[in-house]
Amino acid sequence: MNNDSILKTFGVAAALCVVCAVIVSVADVSLKGMQQRNKALDRQINILRAAGLVEPKAKVDAKQAAKLFENAKAVVVDLETGKIVEEKPAAEADGIKLDPKDVVEIKKEHDVAKIKYVPKKEIVYLFNDENGALQTVALPIKGTGLWSTMYGFIALNGDLKTVAHIVFYDHGETPGLGGEISNPNWTAKWEGKQALGDGGGPIIRVVKGIAGISSDGPNCEVDGISGATLTCNGVNATVSFWLGERGFGPFLTNLKNGTAYDVKASEN
Amino acid sequence: MKLTENDKKSLLEPIIKNNPVFVQILGICSALAVTTSMTTAFTMTLAVLFVTAFSNVGVSLIRKYIPNSIRMIVEMTIIATLVILVDQLIKAFSYDLSKQLSVYVGLIITNCIVMGRAEAFAIKNGPALSLLDGIGNGLGYGFVLMVVAFFRELFGFGTIFGFTVFKTVQNGGWYAPNGLMVTAPAAFFLIGFMIWIANSISDAKVK
Repeated sequence: MNNDSILKTFGVAAALCVVCAVIVSVADVSLKGMQQRNKALDRQINILRAAGLVEPKAKVDAKQAAKLFENAKAVVVDLETGKIVEEKPAAEADGIKLDPKDVVEIKKEHDVAKIKYVPKKEIVYLFNDENGALQTVALPIKGTGLWSTMYGFIALNGDLKTVAHIVFYDHGETPGLGGEISNPNWTAKWEGKQALGDGGGPIIRVVKGIAGISSDGPNCEVDGISGATLTCNGVNATVSFWLGERGFGPFLTNLKNGTAYDVKASEN
Repeated sequence: MKLTENDKKSLLEPIIKNNPVFVQILGICSALAVTTSMTTAFTMTLAVLFVTAFSNVGVSLIRKYIPNSIRMIVEMTIIATLVILVDQLIKAFSYDLSKQLSVYVGLIITNCIVMGRAEAFAIKNGPALSLLDGIGNGLGYGFVLMVVAFFRELFGFGTIFGFTVFKTVQNGGWYAPNGLMVTAPAAFFLIGFMIWIANSISDAKVK
């Protein structure tokens, strides 16, 4: 039969489509489980890194991650009231589904991190030590840098004042300049710095050049990244937004006063 | 199986003499995008090698049955299937690399080398020879990628395959990384140099 007849054209097209569709579907279905596990593990590792429980470049397998998550809880926080509305073991955090459309618009003058909307609820991770005392709280943050939205976590120590760690796991800043925000050598400089002032508001900030250490005031300055002032400004805005009253401020206050779980009382 | 002269020519010529990137000037886009580190360049090389080799075989196998009117669509479908397969495999087995390569694995589909070889070679030749041609072109592409990535990673980050060679200032060393190298124009310059060298060598031969 002539290759170019209409029947043959349709026949070849149909046969090819079936063969290709089968290959693609088999690959998709058989690999999906693995891909989802990878994705979940990747997220867990980022959270563990944020909490300072995993070295920045260490390889962690699913078992180790699960072990480190044993003492952790994932809690859903209502940002406005700062109360915990739902709680699960951290390993099951993927089971928590938040409606991505459930957001509040931020007024322009308050929107320092330039993100336009904040979700009404966020998932926060609480890590306890062996005695059950709060060791670290890892808060998801996002904000606009020079080019891109930067996604990360900032973790505070049990005193809810000092930084345990910070990570940015996804961003599109200039490699080698702003992209250094994901360099572990730089993020390590945040550790132990005072994030919140005595009044509760965020005071930590990245400065230009080397951070000054004042003998009496709080130790709240982080060395800047040279050549990345605009990205650092974005980091400052992001961190102060999320630690501030429109971010996790109310939650942190509640957590400190022990009223974070007091759901029923607030309803009455 | 012994390789004939013709087989060897198909396999080896695209690596230097008829290189798809710096002689045929194909596949430049991804050569700019994934060459900031040697690890990603290497993975990309393997992915493109796999796709060119098997799309060539696939097209060659059914070349006598492909109706001329839908020839390119058929080729595209085969290529797209292979690209999805590679993308899924990388996501399943090497998640970190898939994050670094991001959309560029999917974009292999638009890499002119793959389509170009299917159209220029596989449609006229047998599967075995097409396989060799595909591997050869994949290697030729990979060769350029690795050379470009070597310079960009070494001078942009002071590392090779992620291992520190020059300790950078950011990490407490002495080397101030070259900011140009980490951005796409650096790859343009490097590929430009390679084209220049290749052309001047072939010019010298002609004379």
